[in-house]
Amino acid sequence: MKCGKQTTLLLAALGVLHVAILLAGFFSPYDPAQQNRDLPFTPPTRIHFVDAQSHVHIDPLVCAFQDRPDAPGEYFENRTRCVPIHFLVRGTPYKLIGSLHSNFHLFGVDAPAKIVLMGTDAYGRDVFSRFLYGGQVSLFAGLLATLLTLVFGTLLGTLAGYYGGWFDAVIMRGSELFMALPWLYLLLALRAFLPLSVSTGESFLLLIAVIGLVGWARPARMIRSVVLSSRERHYVLAARLFGASDLYLIRRHILQDIYSIGLTQAALLIPQYVLAEVMLSFLGLGVGEPTPSWGNMLSVLHQYAVLVSYWWMLMPGLLLVPVFLGYSLLASYLHPGRAAERA
Amino acid sequence: MEHYFSRHSAVRCLSTFVVCLLSFFCRAQSPSTGEELLISNASLGHAGGRIVVSLRSEPKTLNPVISADISSREVISQMMGDLIHVNRITQTTEPALAREWKVSHDGLQYTLKLRRGLHFSDGHPLSVDDVLFSFTVYLDEKVHSSQRDALVIGGRPIAFKRVDSDTVVFQLSQPYAAAERLFDSLAVLPKHLLEQSYKEGKLAQTWGPGTSPQQIAGLGPFRLKEYVAGQHLTLERNPYYWKIDRAKHRLPYLDQITFLFLPNADAEVIRFQAGDTDVINRVSAEDYSVLEKDQATHSFRVYDVGPSLEYNFLFFNLNSVLPPQSDIAKKQSWFRQVGFRQAISLAIDRDGISRLVYRGRATPLWTPVTPASSFWVDNSIPHPARSIDQARKLLQSAGFSWSRDGDLTDRAGAPVQFSIMTSASNNQRTQMATIIQQDLKELGISAQVVPLEFHSVLDRIFQTHDYEAAVLGLGGGDVDPDSQMNVWLSSGNDHVWDIGETHPATSWEAEIDQLMKKQLSTLNPDARKLLYDRVQEIIATNLPVISLASPNTLVGAKNELANFRPAVLDPHTLWNSEELFLSAQGQK
Repeated sequence: MKCGKQTTLLLAALGVLHVAILLAGFFSPYDPAQQNRDLPFTPPTRIHFVDAQSHVHIDPLVCAFQDRPDAPGEYFENRTRCVPIHFLVRGTPYKLIGSLHSNFHLFGVDAPAKIVLMGTDAYGRDVFSRFLYGGQVSLFAGLLATLLTLVFGTLLGTLAGYYGGWFDAVIMRGSELFMALPWLYLLLALRAFLPLSVSTGESFLLLIAVIGLVGWARPARMIRSVVLSSRERHYVLAARLFGASDLYLIRRHILQDIYSIGLTQAALLIPQYVLAEVMLSFLGLGVGEPTPSWGNMLSVLHQYAVLVSYWWMLMPGLLLVPVFLGYSLLASYLHPGRAAERA
Repeated sequence: MEHYFSRHSAVRCLSTFVVCLLSFFCRAQSPSTGEELLISNASLGHAGGRIVVSLRSEPKTLNPVISADISSREVISQMMGDLIHVNRITQTTEPALAREWKVSHDGLQYTLKLRRGLHFSDGHPLSVDDVLFSFTVYLDEKVHSSQRDALVIGGRPIAFKRVDSDTVVFQLSQPYAAAERLFDSLAVLPKHLLEQSYKEGKLAQTWGPGTSPQQIAGLGPFRLKEYVAGQHLTLERNPYYWKIDRAKHRLPYLDQITFLFLPNADAEVIRFQAGDTDVINRVSAEDYSVLEKDQATHSFRVYDVGPSLEYNFLFFNLNSVLPPQSDIAKKQSWFRQVGFRQAISLAIDRDGISRLVYRGRATPLWTPVTPASSFWVDNSIPHPARSIDQARKLLQSAGFSWSRDGDLTDRAGAPVQFSIMTSASNNQRTQMATIIQQDLKELGISAQVVPLEFHSVLDRIFQTHDYEAAVLGLGGGDVDPDSQMNVWLSSGNDHVWDIGETHPATSWEAEIDQLMKKQLSTLNPDARKLLYDRVQEIIATNLPVISLASPNTLVGAKNELANFRPAVLDPHTLWNSEELFLSAQGQK
């Protein structure tokens, strides 16, 4: 298939976003947990090229927000207090990819001015920085949980489909049971059994385990159906006749058939699992404050007052739309039919 | 609190005389029926109209004997009358069904005179027998009434007897300062309707929300008209109500009140914004700011009534019943140090909490008594400004030190880390915990916020004691220190930091026990206040609870609703429902 221009663009954007998230420390101007109690719920900073005296600047400017004396909690932009945006500046120290210490940021402004591209939240924390850092938790939880689901689902689906018989019956009935369970309540019960303090790292792993293990049933059933038809194909039967072992058959022939389905499933599961993280954050099973995740960033939107008063709090949610769209495009790009076309 | 003061002085000095508190009300006799009615001093209104009020959950019962949830109480308070009532604005007691009362010299005997010629909402006459029956029911252990505990004073239930056709005497086993306030919201029950089920032992099952309106009667301004499960409950005007306005028109003015059952606070705000409901109670500060903006273009107004009685606080698990080897018991060696708790208190940005969590519609607190109880709050309690330096000094003198990375460690070198449990459904408390978490980071303490489902929070605090620290809120109820006995007495059910203590674990808890018991049997209000001030000082020094902030009482009502006077005491809005009326343009 020839990749359309738009598809390429979207996939490129998806790639850029992933890089930005991976290198969140560099791309975000502030520490995601840093509270700024004088500036809760400030709207996104506007970027100007013309100052109050109508002078044109090549370096973009940002102006300070100030409390409106007549309406506390609302802000106005003070055009007389503007500062230029600097690129590649030193700022809050951070660790790049978990180990590399650095304090270089892509952009920033001189304190006490602030640059908040997506506004601030209830604690005056920079939503843009939180979005990038939150992506590390959510996307990687999504990716790892998808991997876990697929490994688990492929293993069980392949074994059930290939060997059939009572093994198939047990696994398939098990998968039905899994799909029928009221997960919401089970997860609530699970939270009650867990120790009270779970560290961020532990809760991240728990999140992956819960999302990944709950979701194995559907991919396993799909893979089983593929394996069922695969094992009856003439070339598989022929190989078996020539004395090929089960392991060889699965590895050489069956897994080949599953491969593209697995990829498509992955591209579909990732956004689904990112959303699952949102739900688990609601249940208190996600990562705790102050660590950001897309789930806990979106969970504030269930407050009516936030939803109707601060439109910028919707931005992380809106940004997820192209991310998920990118993934489903990727899924259709990897779809078996399309893959055959490409070949 | 002038009224309060004068009332108690009267009790002390003139105990053998009739206590007359009719500064706003006076007695009137209806010549035709011989009814002794009460004249309301409120602005004159006109009859008719209906208002719709939202309830956050369906009332579980209409039976005042067993009601415990807020929704049930809110509806019942409209249908029932009490003998002595606490005025929600002046916060002092005033005559209700009892037209006057005497207190004996020793403060042990209360003689109440009932208004003559009154009728229940079904037209049946009220008599002393109904009062006697009501107290028999409330005090019967087999009924398990939620009001029984309050009527047991000094370990013995209040004794009562009939004197004549309109006089009842209540005998206490020891002087009880808040005795008059006990009668507030204690519904007088219709003996003719409930005696049968009481004798059969089925009282707790009677008067569910689905009961037919003919089987329920009370002495409140409204009576049951219709209940539609899952949707609404409608009350209609009680034609036999015992209050009249200055023009001798019988109250209430309104024909109906409909309680609409809505699932959550957001739904309440949306329906109020849309004009579907006329009154909104318990508005959060965020929702208040949303409604405030709409005031100009909509026909409603929101009211900031000022500090409420609710106090939010952080507390540590100081339970003495934990096994010594448990993780929490190890952390208790930090929690038990007064210096540690004082340092935590000094590090908390209370102004930040008030500003961020409540949009400034709150009062930072250093004592659990909020400014809503203006008489009882001890204004001499210091309000130390936030100081990380001083907090560090306190920690240092308590034997803590800092590692090279800046983490706080105890004497054994173990890092100081603990979790702060909050209710996940209460955004405000979770936000407070998140602010505290950030504040404590500056002390090198790693605190973790753990939002849990509300019931599991309560279970961990009151049953399993499996938590390290928690943010909780208490309050509501009454301004009188009596309402806080359960929290401060070491044997109290709400003694949150150490539930189920058999004897006070510390000398200051023993002193609080002694002071609280003494203030309750002291009749002089000034002497009582001195005792309660000392309790507040002990709490402010020893910090078993670290007070954070008290949110303001925020409510709203349609512009057309006249005589609307919201109060900090519960129920904030409909306490004077008989006086409410719809101004001419707003009749529905």
